[in-house]
Amino acid sequence: MRQSLIPVLTIVAAIFAIWYAAAIWLNAPWARDVAARGDQELSVTELVAATWSQEKPKLPAPHQVAVELYDTVIDKKVTSKRSLVYHSWITLSATLLGFALGTALGFALAIGIVYNRVMDKSVMPWVIASQTVPILAIAPMIIVVLNAMGLSGLLPKAMISMYLSFFPVVVGMVKGLRSPDAMQLDQMRTWNAGAAQEFLKLRLPSSMPYLFTSMKIAMAASLVGAIVGELPTGAVAGLGARLLAGSYYGQTIQIWSALIMAAVLAAVMVGTIGAVQRLVLKRMGMA
Amino acid sequence: MSWILAGLLIWAAGWALNIWLARQGRGGLLIPVTFGLTLLALWECAVRGFDISPVLLPAPSDIAARFAASTGLLWEDFVQTAIKGALTGYVLGGLAAFAVALAADRFDFLRRGLLPVGNFVAALPIIGLAPIMVMWFGFDWQSKAAIVVVMVFFPILVNTVEGLQAASAMQRDLMRTYAASYWTTLLKLRLPAAMPFIFNGLKIATTLALIGAIVAEFFGSPIRGMGFRISTSVGQLALDLVWAEIVVAAIAGSAFYGGVALLEKAVTFWHPSQRGRG
Repeated sequence: MRQSLIPVLTIVAAIFAIWYAAAIWLNAPWARDVAARGDQELSVTELVAATWSQEKPKLPAPHQVAVELYDTVIDKKVTSKRSLVYHSWITLSATLLGFALGTALGFALAIGIVYNRVMDKSVMPWVIASQTVPILAIAPMIIVVLNAMGLSGLLPKAMISMYLSFFPVVVGMVKGLRSPDAMQLDQMRTWNAGAAQEFLKLRLPSSMPYLFTSMKIAMAASLVGAIVGELPTGAVAGLGARLLAGSYYGQTIQIWSALIMAAVLAAVMVGTIGAVQRLVLKRMGMA
Repeated sequence: MSWILAGLLIWAAGWALNIWLARQGRGGLLIPVTFGLTLLALWECAVRGFDISPVLLPAPSDIAARFAASTGLLWEDFVQTAIKGALTGYVLGGLAAFAVALAADRFDFLRRGLLPVGNFVAALPIIGLAPIMVMWFGFDWQSKAAIVVVMVFFPILVNTVEGLQAASAMQRDLMRTYAASYWTTLLKLRLPAAMPFIFNGLKIATTLALIGAIVAEFFGSPIRGMGFRISTSVGQLALDLVWAEIVVAAIAGSAFYGGVALLEKAVTFWHPSQRGRG
């Protein structure tokens, strides 16, 4: 890990350099237009400064996004509708609820698939087929239909997150619960272990590495589901709403700050699962 | 009432048939097909039996009728979104990721820097870039292809870089004893060895591509395309058309995935995961 620190920092620095350069390139026409209308000649430094400080740039410079983030995260009250923390919390709660529901559903399905032959044969192919339905694409319909049935607010978004996050858990857990080999299963049988004991003492512990890996994927998918689920609700609240409102009114800085916030959320949540994974596997003597 | 009863009967019959088929120990495709047909029949019976409004959930037969009636429209949307948007972006993104992966493989410094960043970005909600792409590349399919490029880039990159490490030291040493150059080693040993990994990335990217192209249309599109049709039809409460689009999307997604899987089977016929399966 340590030896990759310098290369990673170099790449990140390169990304920022490209970002600034692209901001100059993309915003320069507008800056020139403004200058031409004001009958001014721009020197190179003035041009660069102008491209990095526009109100509605095509690509905001990183420091503009950072300022906007500071304004909306630190400076605003958390309860304010303009606070990004408020919007993040809306998205985060839907993400976490959907993730919890999806993990529970995935877990239950995986147990059924491993222990029941009919379920294995009939459900598994449809679990896979269910993912060919682009749920994100029909998110608007699901939100509208659930609204008509009296469900609104958190739950419809969480349902979309659930649909996206149960799949990796099913696939991972089926693999994990089946990972004990015949020798270990035979050993359990010689100890006269019941089905419950076999599950709790052998299958469940050996599925843990698989569970955590699929939970990381499920969490990332769940966040995407929550964000897209917020688009059709008329852009009321949440990070998805900030994206949509930003794109309606050309507020690029707002879009980028919402994006960065979403990235931070994803990183924190996936990182948390990773930390729990290391802790648990260490206690179990598997890492 | 009779519809509900019929539904319950079909459910019981389908379940019993599946148990019997599973006991027989064969059946293969028949079991999931029975399961699916039972589900469809249940859906139809429930919609008719409980008198569910077509605004909430149309019956499968209505959806099929709508599908048959508007094939022209569906085809136009399919070409706009799946072919122009998703497929163009998929090919461009795949080629770009492959080129960068080769560079990252050649220069170890780049690899060690790019791989953690790529793994990180792969977990981000990239779909959020869609409004920005629409702003940059306009409302037509170009902006959809652009978002697809970004979405498929990182999974393919990470998998390809990983795959290029797959050839063992012994195999590489053998190539060196043959006095093989870098490019010969790459073409004859390391790329073939990387293929299972590359196809893993390509398969993950197929679903991402279609979803990216459809969702990007929510942020602005010309008056055709699957995402456009879905969002406007929801507004007009024409849910049978929405479901018809979903059927198209599911078929297109499965065909796309299946096509890549078939290609994988042809290219990596030697790999253990492909052997012994019919």
